[in-house]
Amino acid sequence: MPHEIDMTKALIVSLKEWYREQREPLPVAKVCLVVGKFTCVEPDLLRTSFATQKKGTFLADAEIVVRETEFIAYCRACDKEYRPDLGLEYACPDCRAPLGDVRSGRELKIERIEWQVPETATVAAGN
Amino acid sequence: MLNETTVTPLENLSLTIDAGVDLNIDILDENDTLALRNRQRMEAAGVRCVNIMSSPGSGKTTLLEATLNQVGHEMQVGILEGDMTTELDADRLRACGAPVVAITTGRSCHLEADQIAAGLDKLGADGGLGKFDLMVIENVGNLICPAAYDLGEHTRVVLVAVTEGEDKPLKYPIMFHGADCVVVTKLDLAPYLRLDIDKLMANIKQVNATATVMAVSSESGQGMDTWIDWLRAETAKGK
Repeated sequence: MPHEIDMTKALIVSLKEWYREQREPLPVAKVCLVVGKFTCVEPDLLRTSFATQKKGTFLADAEIVVRETEFIAYCRACDKEYRPDLGLEYACPDCRAPLGDVRSGRELKIERIEWQVPETATVAAGN
Repeated sequence: MLNETTVTPLENLSLTIDAGVDLNIDILDENDTLALRNRQRMEAAGVRCVNIMSSPGSGKTTLLEATLNQVGHEMQVGILEGDMTTELDADRLRACGAPVVAITTGRSCHLEADQIAAGLDKLGADGGLGKFDLMVIENVGNLICPAAYDLGEHTRVVLVAVTEGEDKPLKYPIMFHGADCVVVTKLDLAPYLRLDIDKLMANIKQVNATATVMAVSSESGQGMDTWIDWLRAETAKGK
């Protein structure tokens, strides 16, 4: 069973807490996630499991939007960032120092929630 | 004649305004909060915790059996044993004299902090956790998912057997990068394989600049002194 299913459960739980605290809970339209490329999470699987798990919840009309972050490492010896090649090459391309600091790519966050506020206006016109 | 003035309401215009709020909550926030609580609870009791991970069949349980047989008399070790099904591994370790809580995850491929919390409750049911020196979590055999979940451990140990080939660290960098200690197991089989052990060590090093790396055979005893010494030093950090 892919762990994206468990993670979707976890994200719904995290959001439920926040939602409960809102004074005027409005229907959520978008759940904006950040998923790093140095995580084991596949965004498409998150979307699929969310589509199933949101049914009958306060997120029933929401869609998941995923922003992926790049896998970026930092070489202390060279004092600069580089992009490791996932699966092939992780050392610094200049000095071959091993993978140390990962500056980006490990994010797994609920970045933002969006909803739509309905606004109605009646316009009258005369001759 | 006066013109009639009519007021004709146009259709109600329905507009929506997009509104939102930045949250910046970690997806695994609930797990991580529980994990922190687990860690603090063990620290308060003077217990050090290691989380042992690897693919299925790398020799986690065998290494733990050999470990318990060597250090069982000098330190009190508690085991939290994760498996999708059966208590086979838990039973093997119970036979070595350690208190073991088996956590069968069903269809889940990894352990989570709430399961560890429940396990700690069981192990501490009779007099609290203070009687333990070391808590060992043997995670579900899987080189992918367990890496994402903080369980409350202090240290992560990743095993890779010589039979798995040199490329595992490159294929599963997240797991190996997150390790504090990498143990190459089944060293006694190395002479029968075409494995280039130097290449395996280099690949581990490439994805993890700082981990302690060692090679052992639970079967022959080779390298076990290094592993036991490392474990003793780890345990001492909890006191």
